[in-house]
Amino acid sequence: MDPELFEIRQHMGRFPPFDRISDELLDEVAGSIEVAYFRAGTAILEDGQAIGHLCYVRSGAVEVYRRTGALYDRLGEGDIFGHYSLMRGNRVRFPAVAIEDTLIYFIPEEVFQKLCEGEDHFADFVELGRPRLQAAVEDQRKNNDMMITRVRKLIARPPLIVEMTDSIQDAARRMNAQDAEAALIVDAAGDNPRYTYADSEGRLWQVRGIITDYDFRARVVAAGLAPETALSELVRERLVAIQSDESVYEAMLCMLRNNVHHLPVVHRRRPIGIVTLADIIRYETRSSLYLVDNIFSQKSAAGLAELLPDVRAAFTRMVRDGADSQMVGSALSTIGRSFTRRLLELAEEELGPPPVPYCFMALGSMARNEQTLVTDQDNALVLSDDFNPKQHDEYFYLLGKRVSDGLAACGYSYCKGGVMATNARWRQPLDKWKRYFTSWIEQPTPERLLHANIFFDLDTCHGDNRLVEALQDLVAEKAPQHERFLAAMARNALNRTPPLGFFRDFVMEQDGKHNNSINIKRRGTAPLTDLIRVHALACGSRAQNSFRRLDEIDRTQLLGPGVSDRLRYALEFLSITRIRHQVFDIEHDREPDNNVIPENVSDSDRRNLKEAFQVLSNAQKFLRFRYPLPARAS
Amino acid sequence: MLRAYYATPLPAPETPIAEAPMVAMDMETTGLDPDQHAIVSIGLVPFTLDRIRLAERRHWVVHPPRALEDLSVTFHHITHSDIENAPDLGEILPELLATMAGRVPVVHYHRIERRFLNAAVVARLGEDLFFPLIDTMVLEAKRHRLSWRARLRQRLGHDPLSIRLGDSRERYHLPAYQAHSALVDAIATAELLQAQIRHRLGPETPLGELWC
Repeated sequence: MDPELFEIRQHMGRFPPFDRISDELLDEVAGSIEVAYFRAGTAILEDGQAIGHLCYVRSGAVEVYRRTGALYDRLGEGDIFGHYSLMRGNRVRFPAVAIEDTLIYFIPEEVFQKLCEGEDHFADFVELGRPRLQAAVEDQRKNNDMMITRVRKLIARPPLIVEMTDSIQDAARRMNAQDAEAALIVDAAGDNPRYTYADSEGRLWQVRGIITDYDFRARVVAAGLAPETALSELVRERLVAIQSDESVYEAMLCMLRNNVHHLPVVHRRRPIGIVTLADIIRYETRSSLYLVDNIFSQKSAAGLAELLPDVRAAFTRMVRDGADSQMVGSALSTIGRSFTRRLLELAEEELGPPPVPYCFMALGSMARNEQTLVTDQDNALVLSDDFNPKQHDEYFYLLGKRVSDGLAACGYSYCKGGVMATNARWRQPLDKWKRYFTSWIEQPTPERLLHANIFFDLDTCHGDNRLVEALQDLVAEKAPQHERFLAAMARNALNRTPPLGFFRDFVMEQDGKHNNSINIKRRGTAPLTDLIRVHALACGSRAQNSFRRLDEIDRTQLLGPGVSDRLRYALEFLSITRIRHQVFDIEHDREPDNNVIPENVSDSDRRNLKEAFQVLSNAQKFLRFRYPLPARAS
Repeated sequence: MLRAYYATPLPAPETPIAEAPMVAMDMETTGLDPDQHAIVSIGLVPFTLDRIRLAERRHWVVHPPRALEDLSVTFHHITHSDIENAPDLGEILPELLATMAGRVPVVHYHRIERRFLNAAVVARLGEDLFFPLIDTMVLEAKRHRLSWRARLRQRLGHDPLSIRLGDSRERYHLPAYQAHSALVDAIATAELLQAQIRHRLGPETPLGELWC
């Protein structure tokens, strides 16, 4: 490599997909570049022009247009363009204009081809290999090491270190001062290289043993040792320790095998912490399974509300361990349902058994098994047709109120639209519910259905599930036959559109305007689930979960080949981005929300998000075309 | 050797800049006086108004004829051992002249390149090397030092704008380069000329109006 091209090479090496290509190829790319300057407002690529190079934005900004003249993308430093045209007949399909003074690096086609052939991820990036979103989602799954959490994750602080020559009283004082249950005993390094390390001043030490609270009882006081006894008296022959990259599971086995409760953790030979059995138990109890068990053992609504920190801990842990959005959504929905069920059980204990059978109905994200941390409660009561308002409504009002208030205390805020069992309109016998759904489906207008979306994700939460199943049957049977209903639902699914993508620290809208942040639910996951729901209703699916709905849509010829996979990857990517954003908020002591700020999104995620927005946007166009509003028969 | 150089004529003075083959050039020297100091590295990159072709770049480190003790200056990217092992400029002169042949040299601050290169050629071939060149610094000076607007600024007590390479580039929103070496500065100069032509002078400008 010519070291003189270091400047260029370094720049490209910072941006995907060049950040992952081999040094040799990167050298070759840098050495083959042709540079050109474009003044703001001038064309870089013109429609139909021959193209023999991939374009890389070294500085400035570029806008890429569709042939129709609509803005397709805005690019900045480190972005590439022209690959689409390069791969399809070497004619420019997306004209590009410099919107600031811009310096472009042109990478010759032969080098581009070599990159695509030599580096799979490069091919994925320019979509010669797998589509980009698919690659992103699959790569994430590959890195999912749910089962191997390393023991080093449990270490909260460096170990307390005492010397062999210190007295046991000194050691006890220092443990008191630092509130430590255990300390490592070290000695100047001898000839045994095991657990030998250098401190910050370069002195060599060797870990010789560990002293714990238990030792002070069993081996100091009970044995009648004087306080001034040197620690060397307490050091045992053998030290049990574990390497920091072993699994938590392995650490637990190690403790059981050796009958110890404190385990020094070493990175190669340097001690980096002490893990206790209590740490491991605490870690295990943050799993959602344990949490659900804990929910059902609570004796009061107040006790349930105290579990809120545990819910957040289980959530962040799952995400950190690499769970995908379906795992997280399903776990959180299970937790949400468990809260609701336990609140109902507690309410029944207090109010007595229900006067007529009922089913507590989950709506919206809980019914879809797609809950995240930031969620409203959306629920309703479907009562047996034996329901008599004068005799029974008081009971069910109180039941609904207990649950609703209890859920609010557990972090599920009241539904702003009033879709809750406390609302008399949504606390009705099955027959009335059937009339609601029939009228929505048979006499629809977009306005009437605007807030009814949520009722078309419905599932049993607690009680007599036949009541809700009867409603699911009704919807699955009627919906496919009512074009006007599907068209009205489709219209409403188009109310919220995705942005174009990000540009520098802004969210770019399709009309070229800027915003500072994006509500990833409102502009991403929600319109996408809306859209999937319309297709699912059209094909008579009874599934509620969006991914299951896509599976059922696949059995019909409704969508073109490959479309449902693209929707799946887009939904997974948008959902996991939303979930990770909430974890990020929690880790930074902020109340989690759905507002993603461009500065916090990595380069590769930006591109993937843009891709997902594009998939959504195209799917919305198809939706409009597929479900036209039929002419009204007069 | 010089005959071969002159055998490929430069474009005529009336040629529009957009059609002229050019070569950006930069040198690192041990000092400013060609009689006392010497060249230690040369970077060249052939280009046109449309494209700077890095594949055709040339870069040499050369051994100065004078004793190395004179080398009090430190250079980016070049160690003294690089220089010790480097060839004499005479050895690379045929390739250097071949790269320059038929292309208009473009430099930033021509007094260095023209005088040092001429002195080196005189010392080795006993003849002068004549060539016109485009100086991006002169083009900046015309705008920022000699225009009526610039004179007005100075009369009003403002400092004249800097016409050094990095500062000039910044005015055209060209990126700042960290590493300075003969080749990087030659590329930087080529980019600057493209920007100057695109912004002010226009692709039709005849060569004769630009070179000096």
